[in-house]
Amino acid sequence: MSLFAIAWKSIRQRALASSLTGLSVALGVALMVTVLVLNGVVTRLFSQSATGFDLVIGPAKGSPMQLVLNTIYFVDQPIDNLPFKEYLKFKKHPSIAHAIPFALGDTTQDARFRIVGTIPEYFALEYVPGHKFEVEPGGRFLSEPLDAVIGARVARAQGWSVGSQFPIAHGGNVNDVHDQKFTVRGVLRPTGTPSDRAVFIHLDGFYEIPGHEKPLEEALARERAFAGDIANHQPPAADHPQHLPQAETRDAGAPHRIPDEQKEVTAILVQTKTRTLAILLQANVNERPFAQAVNPIEQIGKLLRNVVGNIRTMLVVMTVLIIIVSLVGILVSIYNSMADRRREIAVMRALGASRTTVLSIIVAEAVLLCAVGGSLGLLLGHGMVFVAAPIVEARSDLLIDPWSFEAAEAVLLPALILLAGLVGLVPGFTAYRADVARSLTE
Amino acid sequence: MSLALRDVRKSFREPGGGLLPILDIRTFDLLAGEQVALLGPSGGGKTTLLNVIAGITLPDDGSVTVDGTDIVRLPEAARDRFRALKIGFVFQTFNLLAAFTALENVLLGMSFSGRRADRKRAQELLGQVGLGHRLHHRPTMLSVGEQQRVAVARALANSPTLLLADEPTANVDPANQSTILNLIRTACREHQVSLLMVTHSLDAAGQFARVDRLTEFNQPGGAG
Repeated sequence: MSLFAIAWKSIRQRALASSLTGLSVALGVALMVTVLVLNGVVTRLFSQSATGFDLVIGPAKGSPMQLVLNTIYFVDQPIDNLPFKEYLKFKKHPSIAHAIPFALGDTTQDARFRIVGTIPEYFALEYVPGHKFEVEPGGRFLSEPLDAVIGARVARAQGWSVGSQFPIAHGGNVNDVHDQKFTVRGVLRPTGTPSDRAVFIHLDGFYEIPGHEKPLEEALARERAFAGDIANHQPPAADHPQHLPQAETRDAGAPHRIPDEQKEVTAILVQTKTRTLAILLQANVNERPFAQAVNPIEQIGKLLRNVVGNIRTMLVVMTVLIIIVSLVGILVSIYNSMADRRREIAVMRALGASRTTVLSIIVAEAVLLCAVGGSLGLLLGHGMVFVAAPIVEARSDLLIDPWSFEAAEAVLLPALILLAGLVGLVPGFTAYRADVARSLTE
Repeated sequence: MSLALRDVRKSFREPGGGLLPILDIRTFDLLAGEQVALLGPSGGGKTTLLNVIAGITLPDDGSVTVDGTDIVRLPEAARDRFRALKIGFVFQTFNLLAAFTALENVLLGMSFSGRRADRKRAQELLGQVGLGHRLHHRPTMLSVGEQQRVAVARALANSPTLLLADEPTANVDPANQSTILNLIRTACREHQVSLLMVTHSLDAAGQFARVDRLTEFNQPGGAG
């Protein structure tokens, strides 16, 4: 009969106390696992998604962090827009390899998912290094103005597939739904990034929707402001709104056409030809008062350090404390049982068990309690993540894979078992020092 | 010679600081296979003597030789191992472990010897004491007499050369006392194990061919 078998018998003999102790360990480990998994998900999410682009250029209004959260993570509403002509200008910039415009603000009809107006070229780029978007079989990327490509999660949640049609809500207002309907042409394969919960529509289609143009007077005033800002500003072109028919005077049935001056983009995602050029371009853009260029990785690093990092540290400290309490629980549980077990230990000694053997049995009890409780905690923790994932996702827009395992989890249980072994030494030494003759006569 | 005590003395410190002598035995021998009843009053040092012989309590002086080995000279770990292999113990209160079945209690006795626990032998031993049908019963599910029979099987589990029995029938009803005693004696005879039983019962001692009175050879305080 092995020491662990003897220890397990003893644990079973004190079923209630052992169960409660094991449960406290399980809850501590479950909480720790939840924190580790969520932390891993958040860290990965915030470090991976941003790395596909060197710069995000947006309006000067709002903080750099807000711009990144809004553009890269589709969190929160955009504050302001840039003139479309800014995009055209950056598109031709010699330092820029790719400039991708994003037009944000609208949502699906139920306001659950963000609409992203963009150009087909976006899908030809790597969204993170080494990974390009792919569509599920039978689908394709954007081509026509009223085409849409949807993220994997959107497809799952809305039950949409290739051919599905849907309208969009203006500014996320469910009571202000546009008449135009977009057709799903492709469903993106899961990326583990916020793109999974985005609905991408063709930028041309976005501009075909009435209400997406900037009012003429405002557009002109803004253009004048930017003209003062842009040194090489060109005079109004032939299709300048001053020369164009307004919406009321258009022919009935003709597609709604917005002149470039009245078009806006929320942000421009930029891949520069080299990293150095990104730094120079960022400095150049930030000298101007109406726009800002932000290095997304820098902002995400800041977010991780200042917000996510602090929350993570706090949660880790809390869970470590819980684990310590659980370990103390093991100690107290076994230690309290020692008075009742003095005779049992004395009998074992009389049967020939050495001091080391009885100490080992007590340590084995602590280890077993921790191993069983800890294993249960691992399952419980992932169960909690599984249950919490959709709730967190709905409330925070963060994607969580319930089956995500963290490397730290592999260390967690062995480390706990080691600690439990150390904790078990305390009551173990009580058994070690037991006066056999006295205990047998008590 | 199965057991030889020479000049064994043992005292305990009293709460006041003085020494209370319990054992002072010049010589005591037990031949291989011999069965001896040691008669003595309660508080006369019988249990202390058994603890000294088993190496649970060390004497202040003297030698305790079991099967040719002076256990007093052995380091503690070696003494524990020697006890597991060479000495069987039957207690007055049986001392079966409540968490373990009858079979597991016997296996437990084997586990501390360093040898592989022999399940078949444990079953055979329990069969020999009439408990072949109660292998998987816990002590609380067994009668007092059955519990003591499990204790006997456990004491014989490692094929000891010496079995120490401390008032083995004191907690057994009168109807079963004789049965238990016969069982222990027969088992010891069959397994060629020397038996030293301490008791204060004249009836129990009366069943043995050799009955020694502790007061005759134990003279604590220098009376003898």
